[in-house]
Amino acid sequence: MTYISTLFPAYAEIFLLIMVSTILVVDVLIPGQTRTLTYLLVQLALLGCSLITVATHEYGVAHLFNNMFVDDLMSDVLKLLTYLSVSMMLVYSRSYLITRGLFTGEFLNLVLFSTLGMMVMISASNFVTLYIGLEILALSLYAMVALQRDSATATESAMKYFILGAMASGFLLYGMSMIYGATGSLDIQTISNVIRHGTPNVELLVFGLAFLVAGLAFKLGAVPFHMWVPDVYHGAPTAMTMFIGSAPKLAAFAFVMRILVETLQPMMIHWSGMLMVLAVLSMAVGNITAIAQTNLKRMFAYSTIAHMGFMLIGILSGSIEGYGAAMFYAVVYVLMSLGGFAMIMLLSREGFEADSLNDFKGLNQRSPWLAFMMMLLMFSMAGVPPTVGFYAKFSVLNAAVQAGHIPLVVIAVLFSLIGAFYYLRIVKLMYFDAPESHEKIYVQPDSALLISINGLAVLALGILPGALMSVCAVAVQQSLLLH
Amino acid sequence: MIFGYPLLSVAIWLPIIFGLLVLATGNDRNAPLARMIALVGAVLGLLVTIPLYTDFDRMTSAMQFVEMKEWIRHFNIHYHLGVDGISVLFILLNSFFTVIVVIAGWQVIEKRVAQYMAAFLIMSGLINGVFASLDAMLFYVMWEAMLIPMFLIIGVWGGPNRVYAAVKFFLYTLLGSLLMLVAFLYLYLHSGGSFEILDYHQLPIPLNAQILIFIAFFFAFAVKVPMFPVHTWLPDAHVEAPTGGSVVLAAIMLKVGAYGFIRFSMPIAPDASHELAGFMIALSLIAVVYIGLVALTQADMKKLVAYSSISHMGFVTLGFFIFNAYGMEGALLQMISHGFVAGALFLCIGVMYDRVHSRQIVDYGGVVNTMPVFAAFFMLFAMANSGLPGTSGFVGEFMVIMGAVKVNFWYAFAAASTLVFGAAYTLWMYKRVVFGAVANDHVKHLHDIGAREILVMAILAISVLVMGLYPLPLSEIMHASVNDLLVHLARSKI
Repeated sequence: MTYISTLFPAYAEIFLLIMVSTILVVDVLIPGQTRTLTYLLVQLALLGCSLITVATHEYGVAHLFNNMFVDDLMSDVLKLLTYLSVSMMLVYSRSYLITRGLFTGEFLNLVLFSTLGMMVMISASNFVTLYIGLEILALSLYAMVALQRDSATATESAMKYFILGAMASGFLLYGMSMIYGATGSLDIQTISNVIRHGTPNVELLVFGLAFLVAGLAFKLGAVPFHMWVPDVYHGAPTAMTMFIGSAPKLAAFAFVMRILVETLQPMMIHWSGMLMVLAVLSMAVGNITAIAQTNLKRMFAYSTIAHMGFMLIGILSGSIEGYGAAMFYAVVYVLMSLGGFAMIMLLSREGFEADSLNDFKGLNQRSPWLAFMMMLLMFSMAGVPPTVGFYAKFSVLNAAVQAGHIPLVVIAVLFSLIGAFYYLRIVKLMYFDAPESHEKIYVQPDSALLISINGLAVLALGILPGALMSVCAVAVQQSLLLH
Repeated sequence: MIFGYPLLSVAIWLPIIFGLLVLATGNDRNAPLARMIALVGAVLGLLVTIPLYTDFDRMTSAMQFVEMKEWIRHFNIHYHLGVDGISVLFILLNSFFTVIVVIAGWQVIEKRVAQYMAAFLIMSGLINGVFASLDAMLFYVMWEAMLIPMFLIIGVWGGPNRVYAAVKFFLYTLLGSLLMLVAFLYLYLHSGGSFEILDYHQLPIPLNAQILIFIAFFFAFAVKVPMFPVHTWLPDAHVEAPTGGSVVLAAIMLKVGAYGFIRFSMPIAPDASHELAGFMIALSLIAVVYIGLVALTQADMKKLVAYSSISHMGFVTLGFFIFNAYGMEGALLQMISHGFVAGALFLCIGVMYDRVHSRQIVDYGGVVNTMPVFAAFFMLFAMANSGLPGTSGFVGEFMVIMGAVKVNFWYAFAAASTLVFGAAYTLWMYKRVVFGAVANDHVKHLHDIGAREILVMAILAISVLVMGLYPLPLSEIMHASVNDLLVHLARSKI
């Protein structure tokens, strides 16, 4: 009994694992096609996780399982946001998946498994844990993309995703083994101490670091390791694209924080230069290529690449301010991305994907409210106040200016100007053009409510961004300073 | 806090709330209701700003009607409002024009009425916010946010080439704004974590940094003014915008850019302003002379007035950068006057466009025969645009030229050429459109302006005449603030 009670920082993960296993079995026993009960159980599991995460929160940093696992404020905040975004994604995609016959028990279980993977990643404090978390997530995602078996594009993109993802994992493992060779440990704190106080082989470390950064860039989708992003985003069913484009970005942020900041902070002079190249290239390629896209999912894919580049600016600033800003950016990005993909699904019908730019023509005349929500999301992605996307960019740029990277800031600003063009184009299509079809848009009440909350949240957080900003800043601050 | 309510907050939020109310009336079946709510909102919005004028303390240059609340603690950003003798005038001007625009669009706008009215009301609130902000981030948010309604106004209700114009307008202004944001971030760092504009005014900054800051601000404000050579968005935007949009663009939006120069560029970087004054004066004079000549060749009336606006705004920036009281006050008067005159001219063109659906000069001729009342009003505004003494157009131009003589005779000489060119392009257009024999059937079947249009024209005509004959009520308000600004500019901040 006493042993179990010492495990309380990991209760959420344990609970989720139990729930997944239960749901896996229960789902088989439920007859019929509708998965309503399974769906409710999944939402219940996520709710339970949230409650447990809140209840087990303690001030400070708790380590577990011989330092394999860490529970700090940053991990708690990120986990809560992960549950929230997974749950939102399920609400948005339910009717979309039902009409396509994809709303199966396997899908729901894979969602929960990948959530578990993200939680492990977020709470990892050892390279092995990090890697295990990453693979739980990645393998579930590969399977989810491939779930639509009769679609050639989905299968193709799953294949690409798998091969490139496996290669990225290889990079990461190779980098980790180099670091292990140089420092003799896989534990984040030990590595950090050895680099700081010991005499590790610097060449070996930098070599390993380069591989780690390449692996991370793969996972984030930063240029020049971005090739999988457009194909996967485009080919996967929109619900899966939404999932890939939302919560995993939070986990990826945690991943970057754990590896680059907590482990390799003393090597900052080395990695900040690498990240700068990645950031500038991502913003350039992402924003410029997005202009040429006619498919909205593909456009979002390139926009994601650009956004990840922007987020990297916060991290490469190398200050607590910057990490907080990057976390804020990631959170805001997830919120906007959920809304953007949700809009594609809301406009889709059976046998019709509303993922072409032209499908948004004249939306203001068909449904002024949805058009207004989409407009808020687009202006937020473009970083125009009074939406929250502006503050995300603002806080990242502020951190970069404080770190003395003024030329980088000017470059970032110019690329976000280019980016504004293609977001504006969507607004233009919705408001200035005449609709191509006058078919009535029917939206499920739960999705309608959620997209309204989502859109208005983008505006409300833009008017009063202080609270979320402070949460991110304090979370990063505590978990770094208390270690 | 006067009369128990925070005046500036009300001036900002009341139009916005009414705008949202108008939006809530839904589709065009409720258009009459939407118009009524919009009118009530605009009139109330004007009424609440009147105490800003009557209770304004003319003796001090300090900020008045100040409100301050914490907004974003993490970045030390405050909801800090206040006006001095310069900004208060523009809040009044803006609230006044909101009423005019709502009335002007009363019958003309038939599709998506609620959205049209709401966009103008929300924009009006945001523009008041721009003029009242004393916190750089609050200013920035308002400044950027007002782009969104204007973008929609041009794009949804504009002419045939509206999409091009709307996107060009948005991207041009966004480019400038983003560079301004970088300047703010630098100042935030340099001032030890403050976004207070008034702190920036006192902050010592080395010359090379001042020059960079000045250039960043220059991009933001010069695009908005617009100054040569970043003016090319304006004729496009004006031509494609609906009448109301053109009026607000000319009367208010351009002033926001000029206001930026005197609230940000000059007091924050005074040494750079002196250093780059020659450059600014050169650009201003190019605008006055060259753009004046360009206006002469226009075949489209709206384009002609748009170029005339650029030329007149050249006077404003010229007045600022000769650093004396005549120039500065003349420039400010010119800004207000240009608001009335250009706004009125766009309304006149709108009146004709509503009837004939053409803005080309060649499609008209002999309008006076069918629309005598209208022709009389148009005549007055055309005269004011050419700077005839007795109209508001004269006061500002004359003061700026006087100020320029003190600095350099040739500046004044070049600037004064506008009295010739301005008269030439405006009156020539007037002659071709209004006088002569009735040119075609369209003109023959024109009917004169109705009561609603006469009301709008009369209000503007009276304003133009009163300002031209007795500008003291305006100049006495700005006097203390202008003197203080000039004293501030004379001190080095290096």
